Amino acid sequence: MTAATTTVAEIEIPISERGPSPRKVIVGYGFWLFLLSDIIVFSALFAAYAVLSGRTAGGPSGVQLFHRDNVLVETGCLLLSSFTCAMMSLAIEVRRRGLMVAGAVLTFALGAAFLWLELTEFAGMVARGAGPSRSAFLSAFFALVGMHGLHVSIGLCWLASMVAQVFTLGWRPMVIDRLACFSLFWHALDIVWIGVFTIVYLGAH
Amino acid sequence: MNNQELESSNDGETPGDARDWKSGLAKALMGLAASVVLTLASFWAAGTHLVWGPGVPVLLAALAIGQMGVHLVFFLHISSGPEGTNTILALAFGVFVVALVVFGSLIIMANLDAGMVGMVGMDGLARMQR
Repeated sequence: MTAATTTVAEIEIPISERGPSPRKVIVGYGFWLFLLSDIIVFSALFAAYAVLSGRTAGGPSGVQLFHRDNVLVETGCLLLSSFTCAMMSLAIEVRRRGLMVAGAVLTFALGAAFLWLELTEFAGMVARGAGPSRSAFLSAFFALVGMHGLHVSIGLCWLASMVAQVFTLGWRPMVIDRLACFSLFWHALDIVWIGVFTIVYLGAH
Repeated sequence: MNNQELESSNDGETPGDARDWKSGLAKALMGLAASVVLTLASFWAAGTHLVWGPGVPVLLAALAIGQMGVHLVFFLHISSGPEGTNTILALAFGVFVVALVVFGSLIIMANLDAGMVGMVGMDGLARMQR
C-alpha cells in the first residue's frame, strides 16, 4: 500500500520539486566527482606516456621489458578483487558482517597480490638497469603505472581501516557511506587499469 | 548490534532483503563474466596474427572501451534513471576533459616534433646530446 502511493507520488511530482535526494545518492555523487578529477590526473600521465613511449634513448623498449603473462595474472587479480568488492557491497546491504569481512579479506588479498606482482616487476626492471632515470619512456612508464600502484596501496589501507570501523563502530550510516565510497574507488581503479594494460602493456611497440 | 541496526534504519538506510541480494549477485556475476571475456579477447587480439596488423590497436581500443562500459554499468552502477542524470552529466564532462588532455597533448607534441627544423625529431636531439 505505502509502496504503491510512493510510486504514484514519484510519477506525479517533477524531480525538481521532490526535495533533497537520499543521502546515498548525494554521497555517491560527491565521491564520483572526486573520482572523475582523479581520472583526469591519470589522463595527464597517460598523455605523457603516449607522447614519450617511443623515446627510449637507446635503452630497452616496452616489448623487451614487459611480460604479458605477468600482466594477465595482474589483471585477473584486479578483476576478481572487483567482483569480491561487489560481493562485499551486497553483504553490507543485507548487514551481514561475516560475509562483509570475507569479501574484504578476499579483496585485500587480491589487491596485495596485484601489488606484489607489480613491485616484483619494478624491482626486476630496476635491477636490469631499466629504472625510471634510464629514458623518457621509462620515466613516463614508472610515473603512470606507479601512480596506479600507489592508488591501490592507499585503497588497501582504506579497506583495512574500514573493516576495523565496522567492528568498532558497527553499521552506522557514516560507516556505510564510507564503505560505499571505498567500493566506488576500487572499481574506478579497475577502470584505470583497463587503460594501463591496453595502452602500456598490450600496445607496447 | 541490534541497537545499531535500529539506529541505522531510523536514518532512512534500510537494509536490503534476500531478493536484492539475488539480483545484485546476478549483476555482479554478469559483470565478472563480461569483463573476463573482454580481457581474454584483448590479450588474444594483442598476440594474434589473424587480425590485420594496423587494425589491432583499433580492436584493442574498442575492447577496452567496452570493458570500461561493463565496469561502469555492472560495478559502478551508473544508470540512466532520474537519480543518475547528474552522474552521467559529470561522467560526460570527465570524458570530454580526458579526451582534450590526451588527444590535445598528442597533437601538439606531434606538431612540435615535426617542426624541429634541421633535426631528426627528438631522437636526433638525444643522439646529438650523447
